Amino acid sequence: MTPFDGKTLSWKLTGQVFELALHRQPCNEIGSASLEELEEFAVQLKDQASEARVLIIHSQLPAGFSAGADLRETYRLLQSLTPAERAAGVRNFLERIHRVFNCIDASPLITLAAVHGVVFGGGFELALTCDMIVADRSARFCFPELRLGLIPGFGGIPRLKRDLSNSLVRDLLLTGRSISATKATAAGLVSQLVGQGEALRVARGVAAQITKMDCNATTAAKRFIKPIPYEELRQEIDLFCELFNRPVVEAALRKFVESSDVQPYLP
Amino acid sequence: MLTLDQTLQQLMLLASEHFKVPASQLKPDDDFFKTLGINSLQTLDLLTRLESHFNVELPDYELQGVSDFRTLAERIQSRL
Repeated sequence: MTPFDGKTLSWKLTGQVFELALHRQPCNEIGSASLEELEEFAVQLKDQASEARVLIIHSQLPAGFSAGADLRETYRLLQSLTPAERAAGVRNFLERIHRVFNCIDASPLITLAAVHGVVFGGGFELALTCDMIVADRSARFCFPELRLGLIPGFGGIPRLKRDLSNSLVRDLLLTGRSISATKATAAGLVSQLVGQGEALRVARGVAAQITKMDCNATTAAKRFIKPIPYEELRQEIDLFCELFNRPVVEAALRKFVESSDVQPYLP
Repeated sequence: MLTLDQTLQQLMLLASEHFKVPASQLKPDDDFFKTLGINSLQTLDLLTRLESHFNVELPDYELQGVSDFRTLAERIQSRL
């Protein structure tokens, strides 16, 4: 397989380990350019299913894994579209990102997210598609969407519910606070907590261990223990779209775009 | 358990070491965002350091509107 080096991400296959590196400045915000490259990646992921055993997703940027959806691009698009176009546009974007995330979630490869720093919103949702999260001590996880008048839209709620107690899910969603990697480990979200700057190295070690196992057994075990909540994922898209086309969302987006606050993710 | 004054002293020492600002330049009533010159990413980093050092959970919103070391020490103290 030829390595790919795009505008927002790159990938390569080393032995049986497929690595997806995010590198869109400043913190891997997911907008239309990222989505297009993620869609290309999803095709590759299916094509590599016979050669690769493990996928590692990580960020090459010091700020963190990903700050989530590109809210500046979302706000710009909102300004240029009619309400009807907005509704169609946001549903189309969500349908596309869900296809990519579902593809990673359901991949026969064992998937690892190696995270550090900011793991917010859509970035958190991307990490949640993976079978395991390896986090360095700088990582902070957050779902700040409710401060925009929205809910997470990239599959976050059903996938978080799959992994955590409902009470912590409610706390994270309803307060919009972030939690440390230490807290996330104690809650069962992170499977391996590592020193700062060590997440990718440790994830590669996990990958090497997994490749020693029988591939049919790892894939079967994954299918057995990690159900994909398709129905809830579908409901999440509908709820997001229902909430999206309201003036309060546009006002909150404008506030974010214009904010110079040190905690812009808080209401 | 730490007293409020001990919490305040440890907080300023931690900030001094982490942000490489001489401890003598920090005062309890200083605006730490301005004194330390920290941005949004560093604020998250500070939160992680504080939680780890004091072994507490400090929700982000507890920092909202707090800009001086003394008030921050009080917020930490209430969770010890």
